Amino acid sequence: MHVSQFSEEWNSIPDIRLITPDDPSWPGRMRPLSGMPKRLYYIGSLPRDDLPSVGIIGSRLCSPYGHKTAAEFGRILAQAGIQIISGMAVGVDGYAQEGALEARGLSFAVLGSGADVCYPHKNGHLYRRLCRQGGVLSELKPGTKPYGPYFAARNRIISALSDILLVVEAKMKSGTNITVDFALAQGKTVFAVPGRVGDHLSDGCNYLISQGAGIAYSPKAILDELKLPSFCSFEAACRMKEEAEKRLEKSVLEDPSLDPSCKAVFRELSEQDPLTADALSQKLNLPARVVLSSLTSLILSGYAEEPVRGKYTKASSPLYQ
Amino acid sequence: MYSQISSAVVSGLDIIPVTVETDMSDGLPQFTMVGYVSAQVREAEDRIRTAFRNSNIELPVKRVTINISPADIRKNGSFYDLPIALSLLASAGLIPPHSLDGVMAVGELSLSGNINSVRGALPVASAALSSGIRTLILPAANLAEARAIRRLSSVGIRTLNEAVGFLRHGKTAEDADCFTAAGPAAADTGDEDFSEVRGQQTARRAAEIAVSGFHNLILAGVPGAGKTMLAKRVPSILPSLTEKECLEISTIYSIAGLLDPAHPMIRRRPFRSPHHTASPQALAGGGQVPRPGEITLAHRGVLFLDELPEFSRKSLEILRQPLEEREIVISRASGCFRFPANFLLLAAMNHCPCGQFPDRNRCTCSPWDIRAYTARISKALMDRIDLWVECPAVSYADLLTDNKPAESSADIRLRVEAVRLREAERFRGTPFHFNSEIPPGSIRQFCEMDSEAEIRLSRMYDSCHLSARSCHRVLKVARTIADMDGSDVIHGIHIDEALTFRTPEKSPNEDDTGFRYQHITAWTDT
Repeated sequence: MHVSQFSEEWNSIPDIRLITPDDPSWPGRMRPLSGMPKRLYYIGSLPRDDLPSVGIIGSRLCSPYGHKTAAEFGRILAQAGIQIISGMAVGVDGYAQEGALEARGLSFAVLGSGADVCYPHKNGHLYRRLCRQGGVLSELKPGTKPYGPYFAARNRIISALSDILLVVEAKMKSGTNITVDFALAQGKTVFAVPGRVGDHLSDGCNYLISQGAGIAYSPKAILDELKLPSFCSFEAACRMKEEAEKRLEKSVLEDPSLDPSCKAVFRELSEQDPLTADALSQKLNLPARVVLSSLTSLILSGYAEEPVRGKYTKASSPLYQ
Repeated sequence: MYSQISSAVVSGLDIIPVTVETDMSDGLPQFTMVGYVSAQVREAEDRIRTAFRNSNIELPVKRVTINISPADIRKNGSFYDLPIALSLLASAGLIPPHSLDGVMAVGELSLSGNINSVRGALPVASAALSSGIRTLILPAANLAEARAIRRLSSVGIRTLNEAVGFLRHGKTAEDADCFTAAGPAAADTGDEDFSEVRGQQTARRAAEIAVSGFHNLILAGVPGAGKTMLAKRVPSILPSLTEKECLEISTIYSIAGLLDPAHPMIRRRPFRSPHHTASPQALAGGGQVPRPGEITLAHRGVLFLDELPEFSRKSLEILRQPLEEREIVISRASGCFRFPANFLLLAAMNHCPCGQFPDRNRCTCSPWDIRAYTARISKALMDRIDLWVECPAVSYADLLTDNKPAESSADIRLRVEAVRLREAERFRGTPFHFNSEIPPGSIRQFCEMDSEAEIRLSRMYDSCHLSARSCHRVLKVARTIADMDGSDVIHGIHIDEALTFRTPEKSPNEDDTGFRYQHITAWTDT
């Protein structure tokens, strides 16, 4: 991005506005609830009452799986016209909102600092886009610095503004539990993305499911709950995904620019589990140098990814189209 | 009566010849020493008087003036006891008047009249040779060192009387036993061998590339994966030294007083592994008259920094300039000192304080801990690392059930030597030794690519947002990989492999420019 374009983006951030419950545009979802703030500061706009909204929350230290899932759910739900509410935090929150913005949907962030204070700083790119493609909200006075307890308190606003709360990846003891508790007290539906048994980052989600939370096996589960049409059935989506994978495999095998070792490496790669070059070289009985150069060829051609440094997967096809 | 003898002064790593003049005249008995001498040198008076008495040499009661010239260089150290004593003897007429012509002497006297060893005998000998000295008289303990300079006649002495005997009759006591047969120290590799490292195919490959082209290497990964173990075996595959390099390293070690008397010439590349509490001065070199630090002691060898982020930021930052300039300039009140520091930086590190990141199931650190931990290594330093390799935990199969021994150091070394020969051929007539030293201006000249390699690099340059510097780094590493392949031209596969070892960019969201990196969800992806 050019510097002038960059500063233009900062300068074009709209002014901060204040709203109180007497105002007719005060979010309707907050009216019936107790414990709501008496005033809200916001930049951009407020969530619309006539559109459904889903809160997506989860661990800050998420895995590549959580990253992918959050972005995917954010994207597909936003495409369906759902507003994505979250906290703009690092990890799941930010990835889900990025996904929503990418799909040109609306997304809203409730901050634990003043609405004019971008925290965490490294999500600045997200903050600037949210100001124009949705909004940034806070109950705190402009200029308030971020402070631990504010974040726990803002969670009640996230759940209040959502029709459904979706937990993507959470440990057993996690900050998302606070939001889930608020959501249940406010009578909202809670969904959780299932994870693998024994994966600590999914323990919280799996436990929520055991306690009766909805199972977000696909964005379709959320769309169904909101009685929104989805593009196709789950079976069809699974089939399409499988077909996409097969197409990918076929195009790799038929790609004349790739040598046989690249193809062998691609076949060993998994879709979900990142593998190290060492593991691949042991499985295929190929020297490390061959495996390493094959991996770069695959990545350059868009057939493989390096989600974590030094670990590789097949290029992922979308969960659901 | 006037007499003079040559001696030397150590200034940084340079040896400057000096002249010790003595004048003995009638007048009140007095002992004066001039010529910008330090307190250390002034102490010589007492040692000389006592040593003379204990050696049964009687000095006439006269007025003695000693000057060490040139008088504008600070004289430090213990070189001057012996030359002063010898010129006193000449002035007093106790040795023939012309016996000191063309003679240089260094050595420290003990009160008994014995001669103690000094530091820096090797560079003194080479300075003596180049300044046209005929004979170098020095402590017997340093004789082996001086004999490494073959064209100079060096004489080792144990006592003051032996020196007198030599200057009177041209003979010393038999010098056979003080001159240990200083054959080349075995270039053997010690006990540690690469065959003991299980698994870690990628890291082994990276180590071989690093050593072949003298590229800086970082090993990152979980504790217990074998990073340190691998690093400790790197000396066993280092390429051999040329005669010139041997002399260069031995000179540094001689001045630092670290030379093994039995093997005065260092035949193996040094491997220095300072602890992470090392101060900036310990690394860079320091003191009022600076002495070489760890980076200079690692010259033409390896500087291994284990637990890299645990080093103080200040200590790490001093590495930046030497990594670029391949020398360090230390300025003190006493002057500017230039120490060579052309080393291979090898470092090992975890990704977070607990060490388990990026395994989020086990890592107990907060995102802030992780960010703070990796932020201790500045971008500027990271930019100077050619190879970055992840060391995953070793699988059980690799560790215990695999009976096939891994490749031994000797086999790897053979290949490394072959690459070294190619490099020597390539850089003939240039000051460079290894691919990593290619300056940006000569990249095109030395790193010839075929069209496929060009395409790949340009595609990666855009998709990964490589900086100009990191692009050059990738090219230099690819040059080494091509050399290992025996190829004069860099092909696509060489670029591909080099790219897997590039240093990770900062986390995609880290920078505030709104860029998003598509393929590298980088390692600090918090």
